[in-house]
Amino acid sequence: MTEPKFVYVTYIATTPEKLWQALTDGAFTEQYWFGTRIESDWTLGARVSFSRNDKVSDYGVVLECEPPRRLSYSWRVEFHEEFRHERPSRVTFEIEPMPAKLGGKRSEAKLTVIHDDFDDGSKVFRAVSGGWPLVLASLKSLLETGGGLKSASVDALKAAEERALAAARGAAA
Amino acid sequence: MTQPSFSPEKFRPKTVYVTYIASTPEKVWEALTDPAFTKQYFAGFAIDVEPRQGGAFLLRYPDGRVHMSGRVVEWSPPRRFSCTWLVEGMPDFRELPECLVTYDIEQAGGAVKLTMTEAHSWDVPDEILAGGRAGWPAILSSLKSVLETGKPLDIRMEPPKEMMEAVKQAIAEKPWLR
Repeated sequence: MTEPKFVYVTYIATTPEKLWQALTDGAFTEQYWFGTRIESDWTLGARVSFSRNDKVSDYGVVLECEPPRRLSYSWRVEFHEEFRHERPSRVTFEIEPMPAKLGGKRSEAKLTVIHDDFDDGSKVFRAVSGGWPLVLASLKSLLETGGGLKSASVDALKAAEERALAAARGAAA
Repeated sequence: MTQPSFSPEKFRPKTVYVTYIASTPEKVWEALTDPAFTKQYFAGFAIDVEPRQGGAFLLRYPDGRVHMSGRVVEWSPPRRFSCTWLVEGMPDFRELPECLVTYDIEQAGGAVKLTMTEAHSWDVPDEILAGGRAGWPAILSSLKSVLETGKPLDIRMEPPKEMMEAVKQAIAEKPWLR
């Protein structure tokens, strides 16, 4: 049995530097992550806090930080009672510049998100597998159009997480 | 041509990619099925599809040659578009069994959820799946950009080397006949 691992790749018309800022600046994350501020001083071992409406929901620790190419932190999910007994998992962001085609003017960045280090049967894993595509789609929209996906999508995010959780419960039953 | 024994229940999902687009289901449907759209985001390929179940499906190179052929398995605008895919344009690949590609379109809050599912009828090695796993994120990221900004992305892609080797080996061994 392979251990649960979530991998998602997206391409964004932006620079690695702007993408890095979008991942590490709380004022930015709040705009596309449906109100979630992610804050840290982004040094190795520093605390990472996730908050919504000034209330800390989750936290973690910086594991790797190589701006603007690679960022990794542990993540302990606290916001939902069902998740609290699980040990922290790990999320890693890899940013690769994609040079413009010959004669092209626009550069793009490839973003790979890897979320792993879960125990078998992790409910957090099932929930984040539903949530990441929405968060990353909103991030891409924000960087390319200046606006994240509409706030109505907060409900979609919750629905995606709930569906994944319900599937996990079904699989466990 | 679709193989005479075609039956969708034999196909198992191997690669799934989900994205959310600030658009309407009707626009997403159009982007998936209209050649003027696919040319922009799908590596220059123009879709040529008979809009009905059982209809012919083609993806053409810019010069008109056929890259991919297949049959429409489901045509339910603007919710679900599913067809078989057989690679015609690359010599080794045309001996591989067809796969089944399904797009599901759903309203999700203020956005549209698009789910692409690539399903196979045989135990495809990861090295061959790597082609789609590298390609779909680029294609569907570009589709999202076209719908939201009017501009596609500009991503250069080569099929992974290990994929070409794995295709040769699969054709030699034909594991799907076992």
